Amino acid sequence: MEKDQVPQDQENLNEGKLAKLYYATDDKGHYVKVNSIGWEPETVAMQQAWDVVNGEVEEARRKVMEGKASPLLYYMKKNIMTPSLVGSYASTLSVMVRLHCYPYFFKRLSRKKLEKYAYTFRITVEELTDIDLLKKNDR
Amino acid sequence: MIVNFTHKQSAHCESGVVSNLLRFHGLDFDEPMVFGIGSGLFFSYLPFIKVNGIPVAAYRIWPGQIFKRFSERIGIKIETKKFSSPAKAMVALDQMLEKGQPVGMLTSVFYLNYLPAAYRFHFNAHNIIVFGKENGNYLVSDPVMEYTTEISYEDLVRARFAKGMPEPSGRMYYPVQIPSDYSLEKALWKGIKQTSDHMTRIPVPIVGSKGMKYLAKRLRYWPERIGDRKAIQWLGNLIRMQEEIGTGGAGFRFIYAAFLDQASIKLQNEKLFNLSKQLTKSGDQLRDFAYYAGRVCKNRKSDTRTFAELADMLEACAQREQEIFQELYDVSKSK
Repeated sequence: MEKDQVPQDQENLNEGKLAKLYYATDDKGHYVKVNSIGWEPETVAMQQAWDVVNGEVEEARRKVMEGKASPLLYYMKKNIMTPSLVGSYASTLSVMVRLHCYPYFFKRLSRKKLEKYAYTFRITVEELTDIDLLKKNDR
Repeated sequence: MIVNFTHKQSAHCESGVVSNLLRFHGLDFDEPMVFGIGSGLFFSYLPFIKVNGIPVAAYRIWPGQIFKRFSERIGIKIETKKFSSPAKAMVALDQMLEKGQPVGMLTSVFYLNYLPAAYRFHFNAHNIIVFGKENGNYLVSDPVMEYTTEISYEDLVRARFAKGMPEPSGRMYYPVQIPSDYSLEKALWKGIKQTSDHMTRIPVPIVGSKGMKYLAKRLRYWPERIGDRKAIQWLGNLIRMQEEIGTGGAGFRFIYAAFLDQASIKLQNEKLFNLSKQLTKSGDQLRDFAYYAGRVCKNRKSDTRTFAELADMLEACAQREQEIFQELYDVSKSK
């Protein structure tokens, strides 16, 4: 890639925080360093990955609203975690995490367990258990 | 306390951290040199290991290896520490900063809130350098960023003690002994030899340039095997592995070509420069591949013909790399 071909696509997901470093060639074929603010294919691929995540979050939110799932499922999806990852933060088994994603089991959780889950998602227990909060998040 | 430290941006986090840390200790290695001597370039496609249901394709060797190989070849002694409790880890960090030593460490990208939100997935092998503490915040030199940044105590603890695979467990490292004398020539050839050897001569079909060919073969049938929606997801993941942050473009091929370019000057070997040019072309092919793959992802329509075309592109690239690294092996064999 020649240095004047390094893409500078305005449409990117970098929020102006980041201009990545690329290695590109000068007219003799020697390498120089060039910054790039974004490249469309990469943005597309990244956006696609986030679409999958956001779709799952939205589905989890809907399930919580319908009473089919507990807020735990929503926050797990929101933090792009899996049951086993949540389990290792909250020091419990992934099977238990899966169970606690159902309202029936979630309602029976002790304060201590709830605190562990809240710690995992960096929120308070009140935020974790307050379903109304998810309603307001309506996009 | 702030350590007097110069930050230079780099493409790849691991080689960038090594380059920045060593500059502080008086050894000046540009990022591509670290990447090349540490034999960073590789390819592997592991269909049986899946992350989020998507098979792993890596354009580089696994995390930690570049650092290890590089310090072995130059003769640097590194001290690595692992901690059982966050409190202990942070105290140890403060002590090192007090002594005026910048410290490299492993972190999870998810908790580094100075990065754009779009990059913050759970990737637990990101390297950064902490070089100071001010008003309770830590000063961070993240090699992929243009400038140095800050991070709060809580975020840094989270990042250093993230769970999942692999667990950083608060790992931190710093050089304790810098060699006064080393043979650059020997280290360069050793790095080149290992890379070219691993790219062409490992008798396993899923690694090296054979691995790329294998991926091309599999990719051809993705839409039939797993359906359009998933095939596009897998393709998008492949683009991310190749082009996302830390690759320097074209799945590290450009960094390695930059290394060959610099090595050819250091070793006064014209052949290496020629190979650098060829690798640039191969990198350009990979960029084209990513460009068309991005098109397929954007239109969200795939028919087997586009996937067949993409597979052809990848296969041509694999063939070219096989030739390049074979030649590189022949050049470096006798050294």
